Amino acid sequence: MRRRLGIDVGGTNTDAVLLEDDTVAAAVKTPTTPDVTTGITRALAAVVDQAPTAREAQAVMIGTTHFTNAVVQRRDLGRVAGIRIGLPSGASLPPFVDWPKDLANLVRADVVMLEGGHEFDGRPLVPFDTRGMRAAARRIREMGIRSVAVAAVFSPLNASCEEEAADILREECPDVAVTLSHRLGRIGLLERENAALLNACLIELARTTTRAFAEALRGSGIGAPLYLTQNDGTVMLAEVAEAYPVYSFASGPTNSMRGAAFLSKRDEALVIDVGGTTTDIGSLRQGFPREANSVVEIGGVRTLFRMPDLLSLGLGGGTLVSGPGVRREPLTIGPTSVGYRLTEQALVFGGDVLTVTDVAVAAGLIDLGDRTRVASLPAALIEATLTRIRAMIEEGVDRMKTEAGDAPLIAVGGGSFLVPPRLAGVSEVLHVPHQAVANAVGAAIAQVSGEVDQIFQDLPRDEAIARARGAAEDKAVAAGADRATINVVEVEDLPLAYLPGNSLRTRVRVVGDIAG
Amino acid sequence: MRPVTVEEIESLAIGAWILGTGGGGSPYLALLNMRELYDKGVVCRLMDASELADDDLVAVCSNMGAPLVGQERLTDPNTMALAITMMEEYLGRKFRAVMSLEIGGGNSIQPFMGAAMLDLPVVDGDCMGRAFPEAQMTSFAIHDLQMYPLTLADVRDNAVVVARAASWKWMERISRKACVEVGSIASTCKAPRTGKEIKECAILGSTTKAIGIGQAVQAARRAHRDPIEAVLEVEAGIKIFSGKIHDIARRTTEGFLRGTATIEGLDAFRGHVFKLAFQNEFAVGWLDGDPRVMTPDLICVLDTVAGDAIGTETLRYGQRVTVIALPAPSILLTPKGLEHVGPRAFGYDLDFRSVFA
Repeated sequence: MRRRLGIDVGGTNTDAVLLEDDTVAAAVKTPTTPDVTTGITRALAAVVDQAPTAREAQAVMIGTTHFTNAVVQRRDLGRVAGIRIGLPSGASLPPFVDWPKDLANLVRADVVMLEGGHEFDGRPLVPFDTRGMRAAARRIREMGIRSVAVAAVFSPLNASCEEEAADILREECPDVAVTLSHRLGRIGLLERENAALLNACLIELARTTTRAFAEALRGSGIGAPLYLTQNDGTVMLAEVAEAYPVYSFASGPTNSMRGAAFLSKRDEALVIDVGGTTTDIGSLRQGFPREANSVVEIGGVRTLFRMPDLLSLGLGGGTLVSGPGVRREPLTIGPTSVGYRLTEQALVFGGDVLTVTDVAVAAGLIDLGDRTRVASLPAALIEATLTRIRAMIEEGVDRMKTEAGDAPLIAVGGGSFLVPPRLAGVSEVLHVPHQAVANAVGAAIAQVSGEVDQIFQDLPRDEAIARARGAAEDKAVAAGADRATINVVEVEDLPLAYLPGNSLRTRVRVVGDIAG
Repeated sequence: MRPVTVEEIESLAIGAWILGTGGGGSPYLALLNMRELYDKGVVCRLMDASELADDDLVAVCSNMGAPLVGQERLTDPNTMALAITMMEEYLGRKFRAVMSLEIGGGNSIQPFMGAAMLDLPVVDGDCMGRAFPEAQMTSFAIHDLQMYPLTLADVRDNAVVVARAASWKWMERISRKACVEVGSIASTCKAPRTGKEIKECAILGSTTKAIGIGQAVQAARRAHRDPIEAVLEVEAGIKIFSGKIHDIARRTTEGFLRGTATIEGLDAFRGHVFKLAFQNEFAVGWLDGDPRVMTPDLICVLDTVAGDAIGTETLRYGQRVTVIALPAPSILLTPKGLEHVGPRAFGYDLDFRSVFA
């Protein structure tokens, strides 16, 4: 039997599930603790309590927002050296150039710019200044810098300068952690370099956190290999993932959408995740969230991470309601929410504020708390509130649809009772068991991926895609995938203006099951 | 002549990206360069064309190349300055000022980068009033001004002077070839212009106009008002359509990004379909199959909520967009102007009809 433990470490809750083949055998929700690992240990203990077979899990997958929060809150970040290879090009815009000043001052230990890099067609821009690189490596050693980010011009097309820089760093300062930009990003030097710099300043935290996760597992008597989930809904082995903390930045919402796909057995659908404060709506394509194509800012730093394309609405179970008969007119829903204090402050729980949950209880959508406390709510207010919520959801769903026609909508999250059974533009609303821990389920089912984004010249479109696909499959296998299970999940090709000879930028992403 | 603040350059970047009508390249990296220069104490000056003497010489400059290459080989002020000083050396004369070739997109800021290095003022104007894909699509070409010489500089100390060209098309072909050879990105200084030519043949005031559009967007955002309405107000524009991108087809032919985008109507436009054709920039738009708006009227596609311009390379499925039209400079609307930049110049067999007529 295939057993997977999925754990989602969120800001409020740490959820854990045990998946036995395609069955959820145990599911728990525990509060997240400040040290994170205590929460995980408690969640694991609760899961083992429900299903002792959890100890026999063959793989454990953890999803966490820990590293994103570190950047946003400017804490636990290491000091790094940024090495740019590309002079004489780009001299006026050095590494860190578009970072918020406070963050740059916190993490920038040194900046080095060297000659080298490539052209879009693979020709060298100028020869790589290896002597300058060696001098920089020696200075980094002398300065005691422990983490370095390297970014070379057009490295996604030709990574040789970055690889050579890494070799020199290994020779001169073997203890230094090295992040190479081509491993992290696509074309777009500044954004890719930013991703590498962010990764470099998180690498120490990632190492200690990942090892603490592993410790928590061992302490719970679970010997299975540990994987960390990434932004795109796939996983990496913890010992690999600890070198790429930026890959986990958006794993929370991704896991939730992947879990929704699994629990509903739908690959092509919209997903609505209704939490306590917000509602996220996304779109599943072949079981994976559709990704945003645009620049994503993390803590004020521009990057090009693979992030799910989500629409967030200020609507959740704890969202405040006011209207005719209650406080004031006109009817107002949110955006303020009582959040995790719902169980103290909502009317049905003995509090004194009217929340969306109270209205839902009064309307009979869900049975929670003390129903008699909302018995006197005016019927008109209840109906107006539900009508408004329906309109908010319908509009949000419509915004996220990419094709005409009705689409199925999977409802997950603690507030999913707010999603009406019938909606305009929706073929059916699917409520699923274990919807409240969909994110942990998403972690448990994560696969391994490989991606290639490259410019091909003078090749027929089919052949360019085939080559990109082959390279992506090799990457997936190298990351731990079973080659026989690999599927192509995304193909995108973009002809490039102004470049000669039918240049085609081709991006292919494949996923496969974890081998073994 | 007046100093330009760094805040105005920020506004210029927003306004110029809207005037780019889908092309011209994002001004972001040029803007970053200006922020760096202003941090070091640089202050650029903007001059009215009326301050030029008839025999003053003005450098018309732009960055040339593939926007994607520009994302890796980041633009820098020294290369821009090199193209300008090369031209001075070739001519044996000094420039009085610099001016932008096209106000739409990143080239709105390129002259400021060159000007900052050479301590020259920037003329308030350009010769497109927007962005266009080809060299002959300028007010100077419409006025039959001479198209040579041209200098082209690469960051590696490669430099080319195109001393003569038989026509605008030849100039485009020769300079494009050189540009591709140095990696599809180069700084260029176009045929120098006299003060008299600028005053008579340039599209004047377009820098100020772009700054004004950007300021309108910023003010609207601060006040939580609709930035698109703000643009329409300040430029007397027309809202053409609003909806969601439903389909995109792109292909490159002869080095241009051509294609169509189909938008499905939302809100007031529900039930209607809008089709947009582009060649680097947006060229023609059809409402339910009938031509609704066409070049040289400016066709701008903006993010419906944020009001940011969206380029033809970054259009994608599912985006919520609003299409607006802004009036074109009058020179482009003359019979001669329409020969250069009307719908037939882009291969559409349509008689030009302005949405503002």
